[in-house]
Amino acid sequence: MADTPAGPVPQAPDSPPGFPMPREARCPFDPPPALKDLQAKTPLTKVRLWDGSEPWLVTRYADQRAVLGDLRVSAGPDSPGYPTKASPEGGEGKLSFIMMDDPEHARLRRMVTAPFAVKKVETLRPAVQGIVDDLIDGMLSRPGPVDLVEEFALPIPSLVICELLGVPYDDHAMFQENTKTMVRTTATPEQRGVATREMAGYLAGQIAQRLAEPKDDLLSGIAGRVTAGEIDHQQATEMALLLLIAGHETTANMIALGTLALLQNPDQLALLRDSDDPKFVAGAVEELLRYLHITHLGRRRAVTEDIEVAGQVIKAGEGVIMANEIANRDPEVFPDPDRLDLTRDARRHVAFGFGIHQCLGQPLARMELQVVHGTLYRRIPTLKPACALEDVKFKNDAFIYGVHELPVSW
Amino acid sequence: MKVELEADKCVASGQCVLAATDVFDQDDDGIAILLEEQVGDDRLDDVKEAVAVCPAAAIRLVEQ
Ligand code: HEM
Ligand code: SF4
Repeated sequence: MADTPAGPVPQAPDSPPGFPMPREARCPFDPPPALKDLQAKTPLTKVRLWDGSEPWLVTRYADQRAVLGDLRVSAGPDSPGYPTKASPEGGEGKLSFIMMDDPEHARLRRMVTAPFAVKKVETLRPAVQGIVDDLIDGMLSRPGPVDLVEEFALPIPSLVICELLGVPYDDHAMFQENTKTMVRTTATPEQRGVATREMAGYLAGQIAQRLAEPKDDLLSGIAGRVTAGEIDHQQATEMALLLLIAGHETTANMIALGTLALLQNPDQLALLRDSDDPKFVAGAVEELLRYLHITHLGRRRAVTEDIEVAGQVIKAGEGVIMANEIANRDPEVFPDPDRLDLTRDARRHVAFGFGIHQCLGQPLARMELQVVHGTLYRRIPTLKPACALEDVKFKNDAFIYGVHELPVSW
Repeated sequence: MKVELEADKCVASGQCVLAATDVFDQDDDGIAILLEEQVGDDRLDDVKEAVAVCPAAAIRLVEQ
């Protein structure tokens, strides 16, 4: 039995298909072909994971939403049957309420919902526009090529979440590196443990400072809950860790992968470049979220009471995986699903998941992506990749999909 | 039609505000609130979209 997963699980004789499955190298924006074949064939099937366990895989949009909306499933890695992505020991780390069930999940989540409300997030738009413009000025002041990931995609969400939480941006190298280790499928449990502990130690210190001297930031809000006796210092640290990681890594990947997808689809890029309609840009961002679906290893849950899915009973104690990336390509919901079409209505996608764990940061992610994709191609109309598509390294080795680097010039 | 909102279930996703801005807003904690309970035909599609995208099944449309 493998200790730690390292990418796709190969097919073995007389056993369910391995999961995750390999993507087709020539179609880096599409889900694995074998996964799409499964969706066409069956709504529900067993798969085999890195540790030999055999949870269920739900392939279709409506069934996936039904299970994710069902309170009889648990997001806790310690629940019997939970299909783990990696060895939990020193592994996935404790990431607060994303790994909890209601009512405790709701209690903790509601402590930090305020700054993510749609209209609250809107007040940050001018600041985000300023960040994006400054970074573009910086790129344009040099001859190029530059790595769009390092110079643009990562700094934007990192600066924003640092500002929101109150984490000093000067420490970004530390948390970006550690996050990379935490989401790399090939990291050993030890490596992941070291990275998690370093981040947690750092954030525990930040919270201790806020306990002594509160400021006007989200970390102080979280520290205030400790003072009020609602959570302890450890729980506060885990919450900060979840927000810091989720706040920068996902959005950064959406920025870089989205830019590359558009560079590969120049007709679609031209629509964005030539539009100054915020509604069109917002719709285009929904389509990019649908089409790229970066949280590509499925939403994972353990069933706590028997439930019925697609006419079949899944028993308490069994694991279930909702492969959201193929729900977003379900032809029942999205006609001609494999086409990137910025003009379609993609709002019903599940790129942010579904159910009680649906992304808390989605208004913030949307706003950041709208500013990025509404600005980049207008300011640099000649933007182009500085290497062949075959030479781009895609994150097939990470829990969150994207590109490791993206050299661009103009 | 009448819109019903179960604020207890709301997870503050903000999806209803995006789908039907004139009908939904969020309170200081991000929890959804109803701006209008009765919706005419002109708002119906937007509210149906809000019902469809609400991740927590907190919104319902009822015939009167
Ligand atoms: C494009 C960018 C993003 C994508 C694609 C994304 C995707 C997701 C997904 C799929 C989930 C559900 C996990 C599950 O059901 O197991 C989730 C949860 C979450 N996301 Fe995001 N996310 C993004 C940006 C952000 C940002 C900017 C933040 C800000 C802090 C954030 C914070 C969270 C939190 C706190 C949760 C846990 C919610 C809960 O368990 O109740 N995300 N995200
Ligand atoms: S869509 Fe549902 S969960 Fe999201 S804010 Fe509105 S009522 Fe709350």
